Order: sequence, then structure tokens, then C-alpha cells
Amino acid sequence: MPFIPHTEEDIEAMLGEIGVGSIDELFDEIPQALRIDDLDGVPIALSEQQVSRLMRSRAEQDRGALCFIGAGAYEHHVPSVVWDITTRGEFYSAYTPYQAEASQGTLQTIYEYQTMMTSLTGMDVSNASLYDGASSLAEAALMSVRANRKSKSRRILLAAGVNHLYEKVATAIAGSQGLTFERLPLDTRTGTSDLNSLEDDDDAPVAVVVQMPSYLGTYEEVDKLTDWAHEKGALVIAIVNPTALAVLKAPGDWGTSGADIACGEGQPLGIPLSSGGPFFGIMACKQDIVRQMPGRIVGRTTDLDGNPGFTLTLQAREQHIRRSKATSNICTNQGLMVTAATIYMALLGPEGLRRVALSSQQQTAKLVARLATIDGVEPAFPTPHFHEAVIRLDRPVRPVLEALAKRDVLGGYDLSRDFPELGDTLLVCATETKTDEDLEAYANALQAVMSA
Amino acid sequence: MSELPGDLKYTNEHEWLRQEEDGTVTIGITDHAQSALGDLVYVELPEIGQEVESGGEMAVVESVKAASDVYAPISGEVVEVNEELSDDPEKINADPYGDGWIVRMRPTGDDGDTMSPDEYQAFLDELED
Repeated sequence: MPFIPHTEEDIEAMLGEIGVGSIDELFDEIPQALRIDDLDGVPIALSEQQVSRLMRSRAEQDRGALCFIGAGAYEHHVPSVVWDITTRGEFYSAYTPYQAEASQGTLQTIYEYQTMMTSLTGMDVSNASLYDGASSLAEAALMSVRANRKSKSRRILLAAGVNHLYEKVATAIAGSQGLTFERLPLDTRTGTSDLNSLEDDDDAPVAVVVQMPSYLGTYEEVDKLTDWAHEKGALVIAIVNPTALAVLKAPGDWGTSGADIACGEGQPLGIPLSSGGPFFGIMACKQDIVRQMPGRIVGRTTDLDGNPGFTLTLQAREQHIRRSKATSNICTNQGLMVTAATIYMALLGPEGLRRVALSSQQQTAKLVARLATIDGVEPAFPTPHFHEAVIRLDRPVRPVLEALAKRDVLGGYDLSRDFPELGDTLLVCATETKTDEDLEAYANALQAVMSA
Repeated sequence: MSELPGDLKYTNEHEWLRQEEDGTVTIGITDHAQSALGDLVYVELPEIGQEVESGGEMAVVESVKAASDVYAPISGEVVEVNEELSDDPEKINADPYGDGWIVRMRPTGDDGDTMSPDEYQAFLDELED
């Protein structure tokens, strides 16, 4: 049943009133070449009952397996109170509400979220969130071009450890606006960016992007990269993992003057993996470029009676006011995910988040040490890592992962496609959710697969 | 409505131009424009040395209500910008024809279409009707 309240008669009457022959005529201004006549590849509609059954059977595929895959989305313990509060009727909306100021509680939650994000990133201002980590990089790249008007370059230089998926998404979103993305070579001995090539880089990029910890779990030389970029007149974009920020130096403190923009994936803050989403994107920046930041921002103010209140602010940057000149076509945020993240952070506090970070790092270190005792398995780098690390096998990774999956172990992420220079490697992750018994179960399964 | 300064030229985009003795032209927005925009909170200035074409975007003025482009009334090179507006955009509200100037340009081509004070006053009167 279509949930459209207009009858055929209603539609005829409305079209007649405005003197238009058909609904299609209302879209006349869209050139024919840009229209799609049919939706090839979109299957026919299913009934509610069929959809429920399909979704249940898909969800069941997730059940039972021990997950050691990180690669951008991380399994953390989410206290049940997080989603208990988040799904209350007062909060349960996906977006910033219309007539936002009528929803003071929602605005206050977003304001608290922004405050927490600026505290974690060491930045001056945070927006109310973006769609996800990958699109947050695209928005940060576009923002850096607007903010760095002295630079004529449209080249964005990525550190070697930037998530390849983020690069693809950023290219898809920002490529048509003339931005190009290049990557520093990877030092295959350390798993970090090879900084020697910076010496020869005469052509200054408009921005340098550093992911910390890197996609490979390693620690980039953020101070050096930041100072090099600023010396060249480039802005610095930090891709962060919010859990790691509980123990690592905040991007605002990188190098002599700090990164200019921090972005990243907010999922680790209380959002379940849910087979890939919905997640939310983080974005924060320095005060001097706040007007180039996309997305909504909530500010604190006082009303006519002098009482404190919350309001959307700097809206002139946004699409509903600035139209085609807006900083972005993003006019909303991931409100529900941000509500969960805010409650998660409030529950854990700085000390709790720090314990999650340290425990995750320790479990991964233990896992790597245990796996390295198996023949044909060794750590790829001697360098320190956060809660993810690269393991080298003496054989192709994919069949091994498939055999592990049959034993209900999701053994990690196959790096051979994104980082072919590393050979047969996989990225493994253990968070605080993995007990020592879980690590042992993985090691036993891998042992069995490798000796089969 | 305040008196229009007699030594300026005006455009139908509500900008004013003052021919300086050194050949440059100072440009700002008119009292009518600032009053229509309301309290200004931010001005985005062009880079010094930037070449702008007549009719092209030159600056952005943002008020609590709206953000509007300021179009270059003439073609030329930006030789000076009013840096004080970065910290103090309301100077445009307080003194649009004086401290609230926006850019100084060295013209590179013909003058664009401008109006005398009387013509601009007539243009404003027509808008109000």
C-alpha cells in the first residue's frame, strides 16, 4: 500500500488548478539526458512480511561469529542504557528537527556532543556531525580548498595510511569539483608514510591528510607531517579514531600549530556494527575557518528573558539560506547516532574511554603475539600499533579467511587489494570485547587452518 | 533615507564607487544595501592581487538574515582590502560610505554601468513604489 494520501482526483484537481497537464511536466526543467526512465537493477517491491523475513535471514548471518575485523568499523561494548535512552520518544528522530529551537533537549544534546568532540580533538569548533567517516574526508577536503584561498592547488596529499575506501568516496564526491588525491608511498618496513619523498615535493598541495592511527593501526609522524604541510602553505586534515583520542595527542596539538580540521568515523562511540551502518561522521576545526565548515552547528545563547537556551547558528553557510553557494549540500546530521554517542561518552567519561582504548590496544598486542607463535604467521611491522595490526602469512590470505569463517571466526581484513606492496597480509583487530579465551579460540582456529 | 554622497557613482546592485586620485577605485555597498541586509556579522574579502571581472563575485557579506555576494562593478585587480572588516564587519552598517569600504581596485577595462547620485536616488524611489 503506497503511503500517499492524494487520490487520482486530488492530483487531477491540483494539476488543473495550476494549469499543468501531468506530474511529469513539473520536472520539465531537468534535461532529458539527466533523467532515468526505469530503475534497472532495482528489484520489484516486496511486502512487509517478505521484507521482515529477508532482513531476519540476513541478520542471522551475523550471528555467532567471533569478529576480529576492524578496518574502519570497530566492535566495542555498548552499555544497554545507551540505546535505552536514545530510543526514547523524545530523542527518536534521525535528523536535526525542523523548527529546531522548539526541541531544546535535542539541541542541548548536540551542543554537549560538540563540546565533547572539541575536547577530544583539541579543536575550537565541532559541527553536529556528518553522514560517515568517508564522506567526512570528502567534506574536509572541499572545506580545505575554500579555507586555503592563498593556495592555487587542488591537490590533496594523503598520508600512506589513509583508508582507501575514504579516498574512493572523497574522489567520487570531490573529484568532479577538480580535486585530485595523491598518496605518499608506504614504508613497508614500518607501516607508516615514507617521509623521504616529501623532500622532492616542490609543488605544494592545498591540504595534507593524516590518518592517526593509520588504517594499518600504526602511528604516523604527525608532528613532522603537520609542520611540513604548514611550511608549504597547506592545511592539515586529521582523520581520527575517537577511541584512540582518549590516549593519543589531540590533532589540535600536532606539530607547532596543530591540525586545521579533524574528521573521521564516529561509530566506535556506542554505535553497533549493524552490518555497516548507519554510522556518523565527525568534523571539527579551528576557529579561523569555521565559516567554511559544512553542516549544522548548535550554539548556546540567552533568550529574551535572559535564560540560557540553544539555537542553530552560522546558518548563512547552509543550503537553505546560501542556496548553490552553500559550503555543502549537507543540511542535516546523523542526529540519532550522535545522541547515542553523546550518551556513550557521558557514561564512560574520559577515564572510561581511556580504559576502552588501552584494553583494546592490549588485547590486540596479545593477539598478535599469540598468532605469531603459529608457523607461517608473523607480524608485518616491528613498530608500535593501536588496536589494529598487520599480520603476514606465508600464503594467500583469502582462502585462509574463508576457512576461518567456516569455524565462526572472522579473522581480519585481507589487505592484498588495497596494499599489494605488503604481500599476503591481513589486518586484525581485537577490542575490549575480546576475552583471552576469544584470542585463544582465534589462534586455535588459525593453527588448524594453517596446518590443514 | 540618508543623503547620498555626491562624489560617488552607484550601481543597480547597490554598490558605490569612488574614483581616487591615484587611479584606483574604492568600492563599498550603499546605505540602502546595508539597511536591507541588517546587522552584518561577517565579510569575506578577496585576496590582494586577485583579478576580478565586472559582474564577477568580489566579496561576500553575511548578516544574521542572509549571505549575499558582492559583485565587482568594474573589471580590475584588487590592490587593497579593508582588513578591519574581518574583526569589525558592522563598520559597514555604521559607516557604509566611509570606514565600511570593502575593496580598492585598479581598473583594467572600461567602466561598468554606473549611475549618478540622482539616478541612483530615482532607482531607489522606483524600488520603493
